[in-house]
Amino acid sequence: MPDPAESNSPNQILSARIRKVLPAAKQDFTLDVEFTAVPGFTVLFGPSGSGKTTLLDCIAGLTVPDAGRISIGPRVLFDSDRAFELPVARRSVGYVLQDLALFPHLTVEENTEYGLAHLPRSERKARAKEILQDFGIEHLGTRRPAQVSGGERQRVALARSLVTDPCVLLLDEPLAALDVATKSKILDDLRRWNRDHRVPILYVTHSREEVMALGERVLVMENGSIIAQGTPHEVLRAPLQETVAQLAGFENIFEATVESIHEERGTMICRLSQADATRPVLLETPLIRAEAGLQLSVGIRAGDILLAISKPEGLSARNVIAGRLQSLDRRDMIISARVDCGVEMQVHLTLAARDALQLAPGRDVWLVIKTHSCHLMQK
Amino acid sequence: MSVDWQAFRLTVELAAIVSVVLFMAGLPLAYWIAFSRWRWKFIVEALVALPIVLPPTVLGFYLLVALGSQSPVGRWWRSWTGHTLAFTFAGLVIGSIVYSLPFAVQPFAASFSSIDRKLLSASATLGASPLRGFFRVVLPLSMPGLVTGVALAFAHTMGEFGVVLMIGGNIPGVTRTVSISIYDQVEAANYASANAMAALLLAFCFVVLTVVYGLNSRTPSRKLWMLGPIE
Repeated sequence: MPDPAESNSPNQILSARIRKVLPAAKQDFTLDVEFTAVPGFTVLFGPSGSGKTTLLDCIAGLTVPDAGRISIGPRVLFDSDRAFELPVARRSVGYVLQDLALFPHLTVEENTEYGLAHLPRSERKARAKEILQDFGIEHLGTRRPAQVSGGERQRVALARSLVTDPCVLLLDEPLAALDVATKSKILDDLRRWNRDHRVPILYVTHSREEVMALGERVLVMENGSIIAQGTPHEVLRAPLQETVAQLAGFENIFEATVESIHEERGTMICRLSQADATRPVLLETPLIRAEAGLQLSVGIRAGDILLAISKPEGLSARNVIAGRLQSLDRRDMIISARVDCGVEMQVHLTLAARDALQLAPGRDVWLVIKTHSCHLMQK
Repeated sequence: MSVDWQAFRLTVELAAIVSVVLFMAGLPLAYWIAFSRWRWKFIVEALVALPIVLPPTVLGFYLLVALGSQSPVGRWWRSWTGHTLAFTFAGLVIGSIVYSLPFAVQPFAASFSSIDRKLLSASATLGASPLRGFFRVVLPLSMPGLVTGVALAFAHTMGEFGVVLMIGGNIPGVTRTVSISIYDQVEAANYASANAMAALLLAFCFVVLTVVYGLNSRTPSRKLWMLGPIE
């Protein structure tokens, strides 16, 4: 195993400055980013259409940037100033595409050996066998991609890229379609591989759990730009921008104005702007350095809101708001309820809670929100 | 009633040579049509499709002019071989290649185009040259289209008439194909012979096409690979 001190040596740092305009019907899309990625996981996080895949395509060489420079340590992959463009096949960039792109007519073994054509046959076989063993799929060697499960296909695609010893690894939502158990096993495999091969890994995902599980560093993208970066904790726990918050799982985001500040209580009262003036919605929120009249956003996770069918009393929670149930939608194993309480709030319930409370649209309910479940965001 | 077996042998020979040439020449042309981003590509596509709509006599006439002893090609051929291209088997091969070109190239190009580009991206990121990607990925996945193209070119050449008559004439053992021979028999009012040969040609072409379409329908490209490892 390489010495960890050595692993962050500059000759393995990916540094990229990319500008690429993609023509679109309504408005051209512009990718404009500059970042470096040290060996280890860097998670690219952002809504679809934010340019994550285009960014990976530029690094792999499948898309040519309009301007910029991409290098891995001293090796230059692309430099618009010198009109230099290293062909895709010579970049040694491992790229696991979103839909894997396994060769359907080749067996698992043949797929894995595809990138080793420069090696003698025996060496090729040995290397492929070794990595298939590492990923626990050596018994699938003679099957074709259509004959193995989704999780196994994912492993084959990873093995096929990793076996070539890439200088940088690009993973485009590699685990999106998998169940939780398979996901975490593959993540373990990836982490193990990463310990032995310290190269920059750019990992695109929509999933908060994957960000938390993998991210040593997160780049949050929106509209072709990087809008936030740092550790997952920094980026997701203390959201500064609304987009980050949306990504971080705030189903409810409201415009609000600071109404009054109560330093002695450590809280302040915010009035939600979307609510009708005749029926104001006030929330007690944590105190931040602010003045009355300040405009900000409040984010509340749907799972952090309690729902009661009679007015609750004697609670520590500071916000108890009356409302009326609008609709109940089942999503997988949770119920997403929409409640009109002056503003529309989304509340997540279990199936059991719905049945125990005999909830139905039209029912009067109370929403209970703890002060610290109200996350304040700069506008 | 007599069947002109000489004409049959000649026709099969012609069709076989034309199919082989079209397979080899058609692959790069079809690849270019499928993958080129040249803005005037459609002009080439139209040229390739021309023999489908053009009357064989028009095509045959221009080929005759192009291959005749007055043309540069004809003169070059003459200085090389001592005789003209027109009214020879070689001339017939050239004419048939042009005439059957779209029947090979279009299925080739269609099957190349239908290949998921992501597979080619994956091939490239794994360090494979475009040529290696072509032979290891594009070609095997295009097999049904390739078989269709070659079979259509073969069958189409088997049955051509107008072009052959224009540039080949009717020389027994050299340029007299089955369709010309049938025409001769009808002209001579030998309907029984004409019928025998026509039926034979019909049956032959039908069998070829049935086999090809049967193979393709049972193993469309995607399902073909689900059959499992061939041990």
